[in-house]
Amino acid sequence: MLIAITAIAVLATLFGLLLGYSALRFHIEGDPLADQIDAVLPQTQCGQCGFPGCRPYAEAVARDEAEINRCVPGGEALVLTLADLLGKDPLPLEAGEEKPKALAVIDEKECIGCTLCIQACPVDAIVGAAKQMHTVIAGECTGCELCLAPCPVECIHMVPIAEDSRSWKWPYPAPAADTELRPSTA
Amino acid sequence: MQEPQTTGIQRRLWSFHGGIHVPDEKALSTGRPVARAPLPSLLTIPLRQHIGEPARPIVRVGDWVLKGQKIAEPEGWVSTPIHASSSGTVVVIEDRPIPHPSALVAPCIVIRTNGLDEWAKLPKPLDNYRELDPALVRERIRWAGIVGLGGAAFPTSIKLDPGPRLPVRTLIVNGAECEPYISCDDMLMRECAGDIIRGASILMHLLHARECLIGIEDNKPVAIEAMRLAVAESDIKESTRVCTIPTLYPSGGEKQLIRILTGDEVPTSVIPAQIGILCQNVATLAAIAQAVLAGKPLISRYVTMSGRGLRAPRNFEVLIGTPIADLIRAAGGLAGDVRKLVLGGPMMGFTLDSDQVPITKAANCVLALSEEEAPDPGPALACIRCGKCAEVCPANLLPQQMYWYARSKDLEKVQDYNLFDCIECGCCAQVCPSHIPLVQYYRYAKTESWAREREKRAADRARARHEAKEARLARLEQERKDKLKRKKEALSKKPTAGKAGDGSGGTATTEDPKKAAIEAARKRAAAKKAALAEQGIGPKNVQGLTPSQQRQIDAAENRRQAPAAATTKGTGED
Repeated sequence: MLIAITAIAVLATLFGLLLGYSALRFHIEGDPLADQIDAVLPQTQCGQCGFPGCRPYAEAVARDEAEINRCVPGGEALVLTLADLLGKDPLPLEAGEEKPKALAVIDEKECIGCTLCIQACPVDAIVGAAKQMHTVIAGECTGCELCLAPCPVECIHMVPIAEDSRSWKWPYPAPAADTELRPSTA
Repeated sequence: MQEPQTTGIQRRLWSFHGGIHVPDEKALSTGRPVARAPLPSLLTIPLRQHIGEPARPIVRVGDWVLKGQKIAEPEGWVSTPIHASSSGTVVVIEDRPIPHPSALVAPCIVIRTNGLDEWAKLPKPLDNYRELDPALVRERIRWAGIVGLGGAAFPTSIKLDPGPRLPVRTLIVNGAECEPYISCDDMLMRECAGDIIRGASILMHLLHARECLIGIEDNKPVAIEAMRLAVAESDIKESTRVCTIPTLYPSGGEKQLIRILTGDEVPTSVIPAQIGILCQNVATLAAIAQAVLAGKPLISRYVTMSGRGLRAPRNFEVLIGTPIADLIRAAGGLAGDVRKLVLGGPMMGFTLDSDQVPITKAANCVLALSEEEAPDPGPALACIRCGKCAEVCPANLLPQQMYWYARSKDLEKVQDYNLFDCIECGCCAQVCPSHIPLVQYYRYAKTESWAREREKRAADRARARHEAKEARLARLEQERKDKLKRKKEALSKKPTAGKAGDGSGGTATTEDPKKAAIEAARKRAAAKKAALAEQGIGPKNVQGLTPSQQRQIDAAENRRQAPAAATTKGTGED
């Protein structure tokens, strides 16, 4: 009896030490799960999820403090990806429906050069200087709409991105009603 | 087809997996010789007729252009120039409908022809290409705007330069033309075999290839004979073989033809140059010969007009930019019950919404299919898992698995089943007893995957920019704090320094650092003034003045003293 207890105690100590050593030796900086989540987020930095940017939302989801259905630009596809990644059940999108992708466009005649939108842009996609006309770098704009609110003269508008023959996608073929994805019961 | 007199025994051929036999329907359009399509009054030339970036127009509305004149420059490396197909005036540069499955518009240059078909000054023929730097010859091919005319429309000059690490040993000339109805390559081989072989000879020289294999399906005996004759008369007859291959769709697919002629399999997601093979369509070779040996850019191509919906199906030599409606008229017009217009073949082509779109470099065939030729397949039924699709797949894929995953929008999984090796030949859909539009599912999954990939790249860039901005803001904040700290430190140091410096004159004023600083500055100024006065130097602003300056000073002095009127006049002199 005593031998058994001692043996277990010794083993427990040994394994404890081994685990403790590995924890120090193989320590990983940062949160790899948050990195993985951040990697699939659309990086619009729009804050529609209630967090100040994509990274904070990814960290919150990794800590299980936020649901996976709060990213509006990511849409349903992202909810599915996150559900797959985290082993959770997919949820319907929380905040509103998906909007078509759009770009911010500054009406250059009305711009007074206040630089407020430049400060608001999370990805530095607006160029301009104080009392100079501003403009949006179309290729870098993520369509987050964060520049709309600060503009004192309301000269920024969201313009939906027109589809061209290069970005065009073949439509999903409409499956017939009686070809559901289940094995036949016959 | 019996082996003709030229070379000995038939070379060994291999076969690829799957494939189907479909009625070839080629006799419909090969009965009449190739005609030159009438010159249209308006040529609509799209700026993007190739894989890659659209070309940039270098003409303006109202400009007078000549046939063969370059009207758009390539934009970037993967791009090609565009040339005017006939002489006339540029009437507009705007978005026009183009032949594309999306039926969307794209930028085009529209030329109103003047009917003279007047040639521009062309560059000199490079008859001595064997003595020239290969890069020069490739430059000429690039200048001519040549793209793969078999349908892919990839810029040929890029394909011809696989780099020194990928030596090409075999040039394969694709004259298989396996798709039903299409006969433009057949007619080209019958009528311009010499050009094709000259093009092959140029490529053999450029690539230092050792052998050239020409693959032609055995349903084109006239073309085979013409090509054999042309080879026998050429300078590459030692290294070139015309191979008659069995008619089986899709033997004209690049990887399939390579397999048939050499027995080699091109690995997945790799170009054939990786295994020392380069494959070119016959029409591309003819265009290369025209560019190098005649200095002519690619401004026309052979187009098959066929289908039982046309009164007089035949092949035409068509200027790029000619509206399809004009060609239909030239082919006798539509006959009664046309179910649909198709660009390309019945297997891989797509339905056209309108006949107002132009012929582009990649357009090889326009079909007007009647009701009996292309009956409505009816609604898709449930998959019965018969496995016929896997039996016929020439790429050795599992179409049924891909269908399930594409259908459930599981893009990752469908890529695990090598979606991108699918050549969209349509064999699987053709044999499917449930009429499931399988290829549509694969096309959907492909374009959707590309879109996701684009979004992912955009997201990565946005993340990098966002992080850069955060880092910059943090740095600026840190710099501001550091500056503040330095200032504070400097101020808290000053008084102690002052105390140490003039310990003798230490008075109550030193308690307030600001006052001390002012006091110190005043003292410094007084000391400096005294030192200068000792050397006989007065303040600079009262010495060496011009008379006018002196007058102004005097006047100001007078005004100042006038109200007072009591003080002495000596102060100004001091």
